[in-house]
Amino acid sequence: MSNENRIDTYRRKLLGGGAALVAGVTIAPGVILNTVAQAAKPGDRPLDRPVDDSVRWGLLVDANKCDGCEKCVTACHETHGVKSHGRPETDAQWIRVVKLRDRKTGYEQQLPVMCQHCKHPPCVDVCPTGASMKRADGIVLVDKHICIGCRYCMMACPYKARSFIHESLEGEQLPHAPRGKGTVESCTMCVYRVDNGQQPACVEACAAEHGEEGKALIFGDLKDPNSEISQQLKKYGGKQIRADLKLDTGVRYQGI
Amino acid sequence: MRLTRQLKVTLALIGLASLLITAGAHAEPPLPDIPKGKGEQCVEPTPVMRKQHFEFILRHRDLTMHEGIRTKKYSLVECINCHVVPNEKGEYPRFGSDEHFCSSCHNYASVKIDCFQCHADKPESAYGKAKGKFNHALGGSNPHHFSNKAAGPLSKGDLELVSAENNSHE
Repeated sequence: MSNENRIDTYRRKLLGGGAALVAGVTIAPGVILNTVAQAAKPGDRPLDRPVDDSVRWGLLVDANKCDGCEKCVTACHETHGVKSHGRPETDAQWIRVVKLRDRKTGYEQQLPVMCQHCKHPPCVDVCPTGASMKRADGIVLVDKHICIGCRYCMMACPYKARSFIHESLEGEQLPHAPRGKGTVESCTMCVYRVDNGQQPACVEACAAEHGEEGKALIFGDLKDPNSEISQQLKKYGGKQIRADLKLDTGVRYQGI
Repeated sequence: MRLTRQLKVTLALIGLASLLITAGAHAEPPLPDIPKGKGEQCVEPTPVMRKQHFEFILRHRDLTMHEGIRTKKYSLVECINCHVVPNEKGEYPRFGSDEHFCSSCHNYASVKIDCFQCHADKPESAYGKAKGKFNHALGGSNPHHFSNKAAGPLSKGDLELVSAENNSHE
């Protein structure tokens, strides 16, 4: 009942906005066009409404702008309480900065790699329990409540995006990043931040470090042609890593 | 004959005594010492919460995980925000200690739960904002059912919504 009521208020707001629009058209059509063209932002959805496929969240990484400062890695791991246990081989890694070097020319590039949030995620295909899942808005997650820690998804992921938690973490977790021994985890595209109208931590950290002009990470709705990410992709294009696998990744790269 | 009567009387006396003993025990059963949380009232009436809290939490868990519904009512983080309060020393009790709201009762009832192998057992306010620049509190320090106080008097529409929400359990 409460949900229905809230949805009604949401609809009313929408209708109210629509009425204002109609009124506005007669006065200043140009201005109104701008409001119509406003891109979908995280937090547009009321929190009591389920996510739907009207948006698809994506990330755009500009390798030309990335200087490998790893601020995104620090921000991600701080936000989610990911700490090293002194064993780099098994430490959880939600995002990492990869260095590419052209052997012939010696040209070097750095870029962050994380879960690519595929449209057809192999990790979801192989999961025997249904723990590995894709949310309607394109974010690929692990439901740790039903994860049995078999690590098939880690094998299936072509991007090595997933980590397994080997250590007991009791008492070390942060309220919005529950993590526990025996489950697999990966980049969540900061799902709780996005739901609450914020940008992912890596994107925020990158913009804070390099400014609006120099930032290497853009987050937004791939389905909305007016979002910053779609505009950038339209203008300069973007590549998927291992595009040959036809996974239709939500994370795109420029300059590689 | 006399022996039987004596036996009967003795048996009756024993029965009466044991009845009295059990009655005494019933008067004061050992109860868990449950820490008092913030605020006056939980999201549902106390008897309902006692009996059904886990049904609410479990349902909300799946809704949040799979559908992205992040209302604060029934959210585990919000339970902890209100119910886990610091002890006299000002420290937050860890799960497992009788001072922790959840374990105070679960220890008593011998119910083993594993929420806190993954989830934080302390309220968001215990972490502080300084700990990580990007660990923004999501309104947790202001639990949802009293967070609207500062926003001034409720409008008629708000009141309607609130009362509709309170009746939603029926």
